[in-house]
Amino acid sequence: MSAKNPEYDFKWCPGCGDFGVRRALEFALTARSQKYELPMSNNVVVAGIGCSGNLVHLLEGDQPFGIHGIHGRTLPIAFGIKMARQELNVVVVAGDGDFLSIGAEHLGPQAQRNLNVTCVVMDNGVYGLTKGQSSPTTHIGVKTSSTPFGKIEDPVKPLSLYLELGVSFIASHYSSKPKELAGLIEQAMDHPGFAIVHVQSPCTTYNDTYEALKGNKAKGIEPLAVPIPADHDPTDYKQAEALLSQPTIPVGVVYRAERTTMDARYVQMIAGVRERTPEALAKTYAI
Amino acid sequence: MKSRDFVVRFAGEGGQGVVTSADALARAAAQVGYHVYTFATFPSQILGGPTWTQVRISTEPVQSQGDSLDILVAFNRYAYDHHVSELRESGVVVYNSEDFELGSNGDRSFGIAVDQIAKSVNNPRAANMVVIGAVAQLVDMPLTYLEGFVRKRFTRGRDEDAQVIESNIKALRAGGEAARKSGFVIGELEPPTPPAYEQLLIRGNEALALGATAAGLNFYVGYPISPATTILVWMENNLAGKGKFVHQVSSEIEAITAIIGAGYAGAKSMTATAGPGFSLMSEGLGLAWMAEIPCVVIDVQRGGPATGLPTKTEQSDLLTALHPAHGDVRLPVIAPGTVEECFYAAVQALNWAERYQGPVIVLSEMALAERSQNIRRPDLASIKPERRQIFAGTNGYHRYDADEVSPMPLPGGPGAYVANASEHDGLGDTTHLPERHIRGTERRFGKLVLLNDGSFETDDADSPVLIMPWGGSKGPAREAYNLLRSAGIDVGWAYTMFLHPLPPKLLELLRQKELVIVPELNYQGQWSSILRSDGVKAESIRQYSGLPFNASELADKLKSRVKQHQGRKVHA
Repeated sequence: MSAKNPEYDFKWCPGCGDFGVRRALEFALTARSQKYELPMSNNVVVAGIGCSGNLVHLLEGDQPFGIHGIHGRTLPIAFGIKMARQELNVVVVAGDGDFLSIGAEHLGPQAQRNLNVTCVVMDNGVYGLTKGQSSPTTHIGVKTSSTPFGKIEDPVKPLSLYLELGVSFIASHYSSKPKELAGLIEQAMDHPGFAIVHVQSPCTTYNDTYEALKGNKAKGIEPLAVPIPADHDPTDYKQAEALLSQPTIPVGVVYRAERTTMDARYVQMIAGVRERTPEALAKTYAI
Repeated sequence: MKSRDFVVRFAGEGGQGVVTSADALARAAAQVGYHVYTFATFPSQILGGPTWTQVRISTEPVQSQGDSLDILVAFNRYAYDHHVSELRESGVVVYNSEDFELGSNGDRSFGIAVDQIAKSVNNPRAANMVVIGAVAQLVDMPLTYLEGFVRKRFTRGRDEDAQVIESNIKALRAGGEAARKSGFVIGELEPPTPPAYEQLLIRGNEALALGATAAGLNFYVGYPISPATTILVWMENNLAGKGKFVHQVSSEIEAITAIIGAGYAGAKSMTATAGPGFSLMSEGLGLAWMAEIPCVVIDVQRGGPATGLPTKTEQSDLLTALHPAHGDVRLPVIAPGTVEECFYAAVQALNWAERYQGPVIVLSEMALAERSQNIRRPDLASIKPERRQIFAGTNGYHRYDADEVSPMPLPGGPGAYVANASEHDGLGDTTHLPERHIRGTERRFGKLVLLNDGSFETDDADSPVLIMPWGGSKGPAREAYNLLRSAGIDVGWAYTMFLHPLPPKLLELLRQKELVIVPELNYQGQWSSILRSDGVKAESIRQYSGLPFNASELADKLKSRVKQHQGRKVHA
């Protein structure tokens, strides 16, 4: 069940990172609505398939619009919504499997368009809903139900991939600090262009990475997630590259570039187009 | 005796003016009131390769490409060798003597030094005019008809207009003179009777695009694929504007999901593709059906499966158009049979999508897409674009609770919900309850009754045997049917472009018949199998060569099938 719907029958496992991401998105959407004095219905959440996609049904409070589509196609659905209705705020929520495996082909085109949508990617390094298979971000050598002898592929490096593809806003965090994460999501929504907030969102059942992310002093484990230094200039591509060459997971805004958005490009293009009515078009075929 | 009809084929290498000659002749003939019908095949390469286009010109409305050739214009030896067998006995070959000589083989042929003549009138670009001047002379079409066309085409407000017109007319006359000197005559074409109404000369894909635009299309994305690319190009050139979006996307998967996003957000959205792209759209079409999102997909059929025959025609995507997605789905399908119907099919597809809030398929085909035909100019003022019911109540609305179509909330407005590809409850939240799946399934199929307004045509419908083609086989089948009727054979006719849902009255009629014969361009007899599952005694006459039916061959097959049926009755 969910807060709004007693019939709804999906639940995340206790401790799932996606709880924190959901809270963060609720904070960010509420803050945005207040800041711009826009109704919550001005927001559309486009969800992928997997545990994380169920977030769209579990949002509490004032409800945005939602579309829970097919596996891997959040980005082109969001593209259709945004280009049909540019005044809407469109947010994609998807997991690492949906976004970086079956849906990876859609990243490049949206980056090149600088589509003005925000993506919140929940990365747990595993296919949870299908019970623990390897995902694009699973490390080489890791044993999962589908890699019983260890994975024999290198993991994708999501943040480096985004940077290389030309994504114009890249932020990174983990799910345990919803207020901080909400701040990054708000910045991403305010960014004019294609924005991705990549969130480490641990799977407590198949791939519990909380300890690795946050560290454990008693065990002498250094945290993998490290705040980005205050002197990092996210508008500097070379600095972003250098940051991503570290073995740690950066927390904060990795990269930000001002580029014309797809909607603005389209408006510029049609400014020079002479529109013709169906009558006028029919006339061009008159015998 | 004066003739009422002739067929000329221009064949050669891509880039030799095959298409432009055919287009010019068709336009010139249409302008003076003849009925015209072009038919073309293209090689799957950019430059060169064997190509041909034919034009049928008639004093009466034309319904097929014509069976055999009265004139073959061969631009090279290969074209002559490969097409001369289709020349009728009284036919004549005109060939480019600068490219090859036929010598003693060509007793029904003559050569013209096309480029040399064009140069002699100081217009090397007028070679096409030399050719069509010769063709016109062979059928005794007055050159004044063609001269009118030349004046219209080359009056472009430029200083050199007069000179260009003069040299083109000289080229026409020189071509005519060469044909006259050859001594060959095909016949004397009767003068045309221009229709009283306004006409367009338009291709099938253009008519589809124009119809969609007239119905209020405001979102189009597509990916290049033969033979649907011309729709994308048309849209890029003609649809872009304020409040509208048109774009070439990165794949057919992106195309279908983008038009679903746009349809969800309130746009009238469409894409066009051919078989391979349509296959990629399967899952997306299931989403549009499941989440009840209006959108239109045009499938311009080509030979399949897989990459198949990209530039040939076939009617083999019917089953996949009805059932593109896994699970319990049968989509509305409209299959236009003529260039004129392409216009109205697109209008109705957009209207249907809005009305029942779901995806609609338009099934066109290569032979229809690329042929141009004179059609009655559609009365655009009479087109009534429909708009979906939009929810205007308060939040907490359960869009999917009713047993029938219900108003659709749009983002930004009241009634926020989740459009869900999973089975869902009234709010759109995922559910696995059996009663929800039963109700949801019945709701999705139940909405199709809203689309029972499709029109249909019948002739001699009292006959126990009907001929019922679908799609682009309508034209040749109608000519074949006319041949059977004039031979005194008792057979009736039924046709609709609304294949699903089939107009209920038509289905009722079909079920009463002893035999319904379906000429169709596929191996499996796809439409007759659907009709049989609907309780109709249907059988197919099948062809799967990549080419459309030839009307007289089809008439022979129909005749023997009808006779066989009648004989069986006598013996019974």
